[in-house]
Amino acid sequence: MNILAMDTSNQLLGVAIVKDGVTLGEHVMHGHRDHSVRLLPAIEQLMKETKTTPADLDRIVVGQGPGSYTGVRISMATAKTMAWALGIDVIGVSSLEGLAHQGELFSGYVCPFFDARRGQVYTALYASNSDSFEQIDEIVNPLFSDWLEQLREKGERILFLSPDIEMYRSMIIEILGEQAIIPEAAIHYARPSVLAQIGAARKADDLHQIVPNYVRMTEAESNWLKQQEQQK
Amino acid sequence: MKTSELILAIETSCDETAAAVIEGGRIIRSNIVASQIESHKRFGGVVPEIASRHHVEQITLVIEEAIQQAGIQKEELDAIAVTQGPGLIGALLVGVNAAKALAFSIGKPLIGVHHIAGHIYANRLEQEFKFPLLALVVSGGHTELVLMKEHGSFEVIGETRDDAAGEAYDKVARTLQLPYPGGPRIDKLAAEGEQSIDFPRAWLEPESYDFSFSGLKSAVINTLHNAKQKGETFAPADVAASFQASVVDVLVGKTIRAAEAFGAKQVIVAGGVAANRGLRASLEEVFADKQADLLIPPLALCTDNAAMIGAAASILYQQEKFADLSMNAKASMPL
Ligand SMILES: [Zn+2]
Repeated sequence: MNILAMDTSNQLLGVAIVKDGVTLGEHVMHGHRDHSVRLLPAIEQLMKETKTTPADLDRIVVGQGPGSYTGVRISMATAKTMAWALGIDVIGVSSLEGLAHQGELFSGYVCPFFDARRGQVYTALYASNSDSFEQIDEIVNPLFSDWLEQLREKGERILFLSPDIEMYRSMIIEILGEQAIIPEAAIHYARPSVLAQIGAARKADDLHQIVPNYVRMTEAESNWLKQQEQQK
Repeated sequence: MKTSELILAIETSCDETAAAVIEGGRIIRSNIVASQIESHKRFGGVVPEIASRHHVEQITLVIEEAIQQAGIQKEELDAIAVTQGPGLIGALLVGVNAAKALAFSIGKPLIGVHHIAGHIYANRLEQEFKFPLLALVVSGGHTELVLMKEHGSFEVIGETRDDAAGEAYDKVARTLQLPYPGGPRIDKLAAEGEQSIDFPRAWLEPESYDFSFSGLKSAVINTLHNAKQKGETFAPADVAASFQASVVDVLVGKTIRAAEAFGAKQVIVAGGVAANRGLRASLEEVFADKQADLLIPPLALCTDNAAMIGAAASILYQQEKFADLSMNAKASMPL
């Protein structure tokens, strides 16, 4: 099975081609300002180098976010349309899950997160041990300090993974001390081949229905709901 | 280049998700528009983030429907065209990336189209162009006079210095507490009212083809405000009629002067405000005994759609002006 995986939901632009479980190639770039310029050329280049044609593809795995609203739409629009044009399956995988899996050899909790501005993050918690790796609860969008206080209650070791780790390193250590495990740089950047690996085992999504997981409703909608509440 | 080429066009610059298949630049094989107007109504205007979210939900559905209604296989397409700009950036990005993905997947050339070129070329789906041609482009975001001497060449001879005509309509509609979208409501109301209030006409310098509507908008707001303080009231229909008369006078006056100065063989009205009945009636009257033929597209082709993008793309296809996969969406771009 030939899989094309892509994710542009955060700073990283990632594209991978995985054939029968073997990563033929992957392309990872920083610079979230021009994902729209770079994504298709990156796909084209990688396919050329791995001697893969669009017709060879069997499924497309796309990072479903959360992250930048615009960023996640770029890869989602691309993935959906390619899957439709090629008549193949599309599978959405949480971008947090893709990152979390890079900690699957760890024993304890794994906490991937993306900065969501104003002290907030997008995050989820995973329980990892030698024979299983599971997500606990939904993806959430809390104030990171509140979230860290909650994690302290768990009393167990927690591995943190995030491309935004440096922004929050001191806060994590301050609240969790020795309980927090923060590895060195490279592992904080999600590899699109991991996304492909997760998506390989999943059931296909409905091509027309699949949308990004924004986690938050739009500001206009939440303001409108607040207004409706006040008028009651 | 073959002349009966089939182009699939995509348009997502604002709040309509649209796809169409156009044959040879002039024949509409399909024209699908998924309108979001209901979603934005409660907010009194288009919310860009909501528009972008809807585009992602609709994009493959409208493309699929456009292909099906055209009765073709996607492999028969000769090119994929998309609105590159101007427009809401987040909204444009959905269409641009979908178009790139489709062009790459089926190995067809990609064409980036200017939204206003699309509005102008909507008319070519009805009637072949004769040059020189003058286009009056009026919409929520644009008020421009564009001179065309040949296909694909656009010279902006006049543009708005502040608000677009459509913007002024929306603001006045809000002042009159008319529901969104306000433009069509004012047009309807104006037909029932009398031009009893003398609002200013911004003619600017005598030789200028530029427009300005912010003074008029303020005049309407001030007049209503002052009246209210004195305990007087104006019938909303009269306000609408007087406001519309001022807008139409200037639009029509500048258009006729430009048409004569440049010896236009055709005068085209393009953009959402082209649906305005007051404007149509006045133009028809003025151009009835003039040299230039007046062309106003049917309603469905005035508002945003993808058929017009496919019509404009046909010229770029013939000229082999293709884009590559690094093409980006542009919130603003020159015509
Ligand atoms: Zn438009």
